[in-house]
Amino acid sequence: MNAIELQRIANERRADAVTMITRARTGHTGGAMSCLDVLTCLFYDVKRPQDHFLLSKGHSVEGYWAILADLGYFPKEDLRTFSQAGSPLIGHPNNKVPGVEVCTGALGHGLPVGVGMALAAKRTGTDANVYVIMGDGEQAEGSIWEAAMAGANYHLDNLFAVVDRNGLQISGPTEKVMALDDLAAKWRAFGWDVVEADGNDMQALLNYYHGNHPEGKPHLLLAHTVKGKGLPFAENRAEWHHHVPNEEQLQQAYEALGVKGVEWA
Amino acid sequence: MKAARRAITETLLKLAREDKTIFALATDSSGSVTLNDFVRELPGQFVECGIAEQDAVGIAAGLAASGLKPFVCGPASFYATRAAEQVKVDVAYSHMNVKVLGVSGGVSYGALGGTHHAVQDVAFMRAVPGLQVLLPADANSAAALTRALVASPEPAYIRVGRGDVEDIYPDDVQVEIGKAITAREGTDAAIIACGEMVYPALKAAELLAKDGLSVRVVDMHTIKPLDIEAVLAAAETGKVVTVEEHSVHGGLGGAAAEVICQAHPVKMRILGLPDETLFSGTNKEVFQHYGLTAEGIAAAVKAL
Repeated sequence: MNAIELQRIANERRADAVTMITRARTGHTGGAMSCLDVLTCLFYDVKRPQDHFLLSKGHSVEGYWAILADLGYFPKEDLRTFSQAGSPLIGHPNNKVPGVEVCTGALGHGLPVGVGMALAAKRTGTDANVYVIMGDGEQAEGSIWEAAMAGANYHLDNLFAVVDRNGLQISGPTEKVMALDDLAAKWRAFGWDVVEADGNDMQALLNYYHGNHPEGKPHLLLAHTVKGKGLPFAENRAEWHHHVPNEEQLQQAYEALGVKGVEWA
Repeated sequence: MKAARRAITETLLKLAREDKTIFALATDSSGSVTLNDFVRELPGQFVECGIAEQDAVGIAAGLAASGLKPFVCGPASFYATRAAEQVKVDVAYSHMNVKVLGVSGGVSYGALGGTHHAVQDVAFMRAVPGLQVLLPADANSAAALTRALVASPEPAYIRVGRGDVEDIYPDDVQVEIGKAITAREGTDAAIIACGEMVYPALKAAELLAKDGLSVRVVDMHTIKPLDIEAVLAAAETGKVVTVEEHSVHGGLGGAAAEVICQAHPVKMRILGLPDETLFSGTNKEVFQHYGLTAEGIAAAVKAL
C-alpha cells in the first residue's frame, strides 16, 4: 500500500479512536494518536498472518481496537461499547478480543513476551516476525532492559520493537520525569540494531519496514512522534495523556483529520 | 527418600524427549532446580534467561502464546514475589499455558534468611484468578502432578522444597489436580496438610493413635482449585488442624477456613509460620522452633 493511502486510513482510525474516547468519556488520547501511524503501517502493510503483535503501551488501545474492527476481527458497531459495562473492549488490550494474543497494559511486559514469541519462532523454525510497540515513559521499567539483554543474547533478528518517542508522559516531559536520552545509544549498547525515524511520516515508516535489516540482532525503531498527533487541541500537550475531548473538539478533530465523521457511531 | 524437585525435572525430561513442545526455562538456576540433565540432553528445549525472573516469566508467556509448553523454573521466592506481576498478567490474566516451578520453597534455604524464604507465595498465587496452585508432599506425588500439569492447558504454580523428603506414596501413585488424597482415615479430628508438612502430619496421627484418637490426614496437594468436598468431609470430624510451610496468613489454613467458616463451622487451628521475621536456622530447626513437627501438630490436635 502507498503512503498516501495508509495516511488516509490512519486518519480514519484516529477519527474512530477520538470518537470512542469522546463517547466513553475516558481514554488515553495523546498516546493513542502518537502511535497510530506506526500501528496503521504495521497492520495494513507490514504484518503477515503468521506474525505476532504486542501493544506494550497498552493504554493506547483505542487505535488498536479501531484497526481490529476495521480489519474485520469484530463488528465495527462494537466500538460503541468501548469501556462500557461488560464490554471486552476495555481500556487495555485484552485477549478475549479476537486478534489480541496476550493481555498488556502493565508497562514493561510486552518486550519480554515478544522475546518469547521471537525465540519460539527461531527454535521451531517458523517464519514469524514479532512487532512490539512500547512507550517512551515506559522505558523506565527495568523489565524492558532485561528483555533487551535477552533479545540480543539470542540474536532475535525477527524481533522488531518500536519506541513511540513522543517525549511526554503523564507527569510531563520524559526528560524531566526520568531522563531517557541518549535512548538510541542505550539500545545500541544493549546490542540492538537501532534506526531513528519520524514516526508520524508514513513514507519514512514504509522505508524503514521495507528496507534492509541487519541479521543477527533485534531491531529497534526509535519513532519520533507527536503526542496527540492530528488533534490540534491536543498536540504536544502532556495533559492530553488522558484528557477527553468535548463535542466541539470532536468536530475540530474530524475537520483536522479530513473526515466527515464515523459511520458506526 | 528423594528431592521433589528432582522427581519433577526427571519426569519433565522423560516427557520432553517425546514432546518437543515442552520447554524448560531457568534464571541461572538450572543447577539448583536440578535441570542439568535436561540442559545437556535437550538444549533446544531449554532457555537460559539469566538472573531475570520477570523477563523469564514474560518469555515463558511468549513461548506459550506460540503453542509451546514452558516450565519456568527457579527459587520459589523470586517467582512468587519479584515476578508476581508477570505471573498475574502475562500468565494468569492472559490465560497462557505456563507452569511456574518454584523450588526451595518455604524455609528450605534455612539460614540464608528472609530474602530467600518463600512463605507468602501461596497467599499471593491463590488470589490470582485462573492460576492453579500445587504443593506436592513427596517425590512420587510430585512426579504424578508433573505429568498432570503437562497434560493440562491451565496456568499453574507448583512449589516444592529443596532437600530429600520421605516417601509417602508408591512410585505408581495417581494424583489428580484438585482432588485431595486422604493419606490416613480418621474420625475424631482431621489434619489438612500440604507439601512437606504432610509427612509430620502422618507421624502426628500415629502419635495420637497411641492415645486412642482416630485422626484423619488429608494431603491437600492442590490449594487451588481447592477440594471443597475433602475440606467439608474433614470438618465432619468436628475438629480441623491445618499445617503448612507458609505464613499463617492466606495459605492452606486460610483457604480451608474460608470454606469451613461459611459452610460447616467447627473448631480450627492454623499451624504455619508466624507473621514475623523468622527464626534463623536450617529448615528442620525452623520447624522445631515453631512446632511444625509431629509432636507439635499432635499437641495442637489435642488442645483443640
